[in-house]
Amino acid sequence: MMLILLVIVLALVAWAVASYNRLVSLRNQVQNGWRQIDVQLKRRHDLIPNLVNAVRGSMDFERDTLTAVMEARARAVGATGPADAAQKEGQLTQAVGRLLAVAENYPTLKSNDNVRALQEELAATENKVSFARQFYNDITTQFNTAQQVFPTALFANMFGFKPAELFEITDTHDRDVPVVDLSRH
Amino acid sequence: MIAFLAFLLILGAGFDSLFIGGLGGSVPIGSLLALGVGSIGAVASYFTGDKAVLLSSHAQPIADVAATADEAEKLKLRQLDNVVDEMAIAAGIPRPPVYIVPDPDPNAFATGRGPGHASIAVTRGLLDALDRDELQGVVAHEMSHIRNLDTRVMTIVAALVGAVALISDWARRGMWWGGGRRRDDEEGGGGVAGLVFFVIWIVAIILAPLIAQILAMMVSRRREYLADASGAELTRNPLGLAHALEKIESAVEPTRAINQGSAHLCIADPLGRSMNAAGESGWSTLFASHPPMAARIKALEQMAYQFGGGH
Repeated sequence: MMLILLVIVLALVAWAVASYNRLVSLRNQVQNGWRQIDVQLKRRHDLIPNLVNAVRGSMDFERDTLTAVMEARARAVGATGPADAAQKEGQLTQAVGRLLAVAENYPTLKSNDNVRALQEELAATENKVSFARQFYNDITTQFNTAQQVFPTALFANMFGFKPAELFEITDTHDRDVPVVDLSRH
Repeated sequence: MIAFLAFLLILGAGFDSLFIGGLGGSVPIGSLLALGVGSIGAVASYFTGDKAVLLSSHAQPIADVAATADEAEKLKLRQLDNVVDEMAIAAGIPRPPVYIVPDPDPNAFATGRGPGHASIAVTRGLLDALDRDELQGVVAHEMSHIRNLDTRVMTIVAALVGAVALISDWARRGMWWGGGRRRDDEEGGGGVAGLVFFVIWIVAIILAPLIAQILAMMVSRRREYLADASGAELTRNPLGLAHALEKIESAVEPTRAINQGSAHLCIADPLGRSMNAAGESGWSTLFASHPPMAARIKALEQMAYQFGGGH
């Protein structure tokens, strides 16, 4: 009888240790995921002035597009916390997207090696930001779910685990339903 | 994998009862011995195989290739470098070093023990043929091989294939060298059931290397489907990989630089189209390391549909 009880207690302890370690490992991954986003965002902030300078000469009369990018960048640099950063970075993504779309109209820019290399770098950085966000959100969801499911929920709170914030796009523009134009096909 | 172990145990059990007699009791001596010997080579290749594969395919580090490239090519190499970065971020694993294989046929492979100890290599032909999205799909597939620890899986499979081959070899030699005498002793006690088991076992021993190969390739094909699916999960763009597979499929030439032994880590069978074609007869698909290309593309298109049309 004692033996059975002992086995049950040991099994419970082993389960608690395993759950705790899983939560700790997930929390570290969430923090690492956030740092990864941060690294990529900084990289983007550094790249944008280079791109703007490279295209400035050929696109002088598109001054509005260029200032919009620089202003969005300034706002994004000053963002704090995942939710705020997500919104301001979303606006910066749009501003850069517009700049790249406008740049398509300038054949001299399209054939310029320097601009093409910068465009590739910027496209890659955009991708890295979005993949870092994807990884961060996936792992954060896992972390939050692991805390909330029964029976882990019973002690997750006790050990001070808190749900992490998702990196969500809160800008209304990004939520707009895209206009589908079938006439071109 | 479980089928594989069961197969090895059956072979081993027969081996034990015939050649070792009652010595081992319920311990599967034959199987364990064969597995032990079979593992040596597999484990050795697990730790040094990545260097051997890279060396035998004449792969060069991407930085070395970029040093002698012209502007347009540099951009392409930079793109590959970036795509690998992106996929490492999406998979949440350390960025593996990238190599270029000087071969005009489009193909790619991953090698190494797992995250942190892996490399990705793409052929020159792949780099030239694919656009950015397609390249991303292929790199995501290879990144998934690394993240899913497929080298580890295939090492275990290689050990099992080796063990089965060994045990079948030992059994055949044993029968030449007086296994017959022992067999007479056994039959006295075993009766009809023993005889039936013996006949099945003899057939199994003769076919063993063949069956082992078929089972190994079954595991390999399953891992390919898995890498396709997890790759699509990384890029969230299954059509990128689907289009890449179409382009790779249309290149008829075999990839000469890549040894057939590392086929299971490639994006497509290095033998080329003959092994990838759909509608092949049953025999060649049984021994194929990759599922038919058409089936893979169809599965990816299905995924794109579920994701909401891809893009």
